[in-house]
Amino acid sequence: MIDLVAKSAAEGLLPVTIGALTLSEIPHREVHSIAPFKGAKVSTALKKAVGIELPEAGRSTTKGDVQVLWTARGQYFLIGAKPPKLPAAITDQSDAWCAVALTGPSAGDALARLCPLDTAKMGQGDVARSLIGHMSAIIVKRVDGFETIVFRAFARTLVHELRKVMTSLDAQAALPD
Amino acid sequence: MRINCPICGDRDWREFYYLGAADYLNRPAEGDLDAIHKYLHIRENPAGVTKDLWHHEAGCSSWLVVERNVTTHEILGVELAAEVKR
Repeated sequence: MIDLVAKSAAEGLLPVTIGALTLSEIPHREVHSIAPFKGAKVSTALKKAVGIELPEAGRSTTKGDVQVLWTARGQYFLIGAKPPKLPAAITDQSDAWCAVALTGPSAGDALARLCPLDTAKMGQGDVARSLIGHMSAIIVKRVDGFETIVFRAFARTLVHELRKVMTSLDAQAALPD
Repeated sequence: MRINCPICGDRDWREFYYLGAADYLNRPAEGDLDAIHKYLHIRENPAGVTKDLWHHEAGCSSWLVVERNVTTHEILGVELAAEVKR
């Protein structure tokens, strides 16, 4: 059988550091979308199986390497674990997304140029569905910056957009007052 | 313009898609041609408060009923369409 070479979504593009900001790809993880059926109780069954409950809207829950993100109305992403049998529509989306981490003290300023969210109001573990330029994105606030997740096909565009902003911010920081 | 999504909170208009009057929620019975004609084509066009359907396209994907004043651009209320229908 042909031995295929596995490539990450942003293979050869990342990591990149410009000024005080670093953009790096988050290693490939198992991602399952969980959309609970109408009125179904999913949270306790999930906690029993993987140790964490479904988060509130706009939040995430984490335990070790396993994470659950709220991603839309009635939709969650289970990351880093196999889902148990649940009264929910479950799809494997592991190879459908590209996740990057934008870290550094001015990560919020960089996002502000591309994203209509008020990221200053986001606390650690907050999740928002919004836009990066014209791309639909999932944005997660981390201690050191932001994680942005877009459709895998947009990986190159995402890196391009963020690099442009990082370069511009760095150039502006170097200007005399 | 900002719309206060009941699920996501206060968000920029760029995240939303406009569909049209909230009348679309009240689908008439099948076969009632006069009502279907009105449903599809006849609209009030007030210079004042209107109720419209907006989709939080780049956000939580909810359909919203947004009540706003088209002369002042003031937004008076936002509800989930799923809850309005019930």
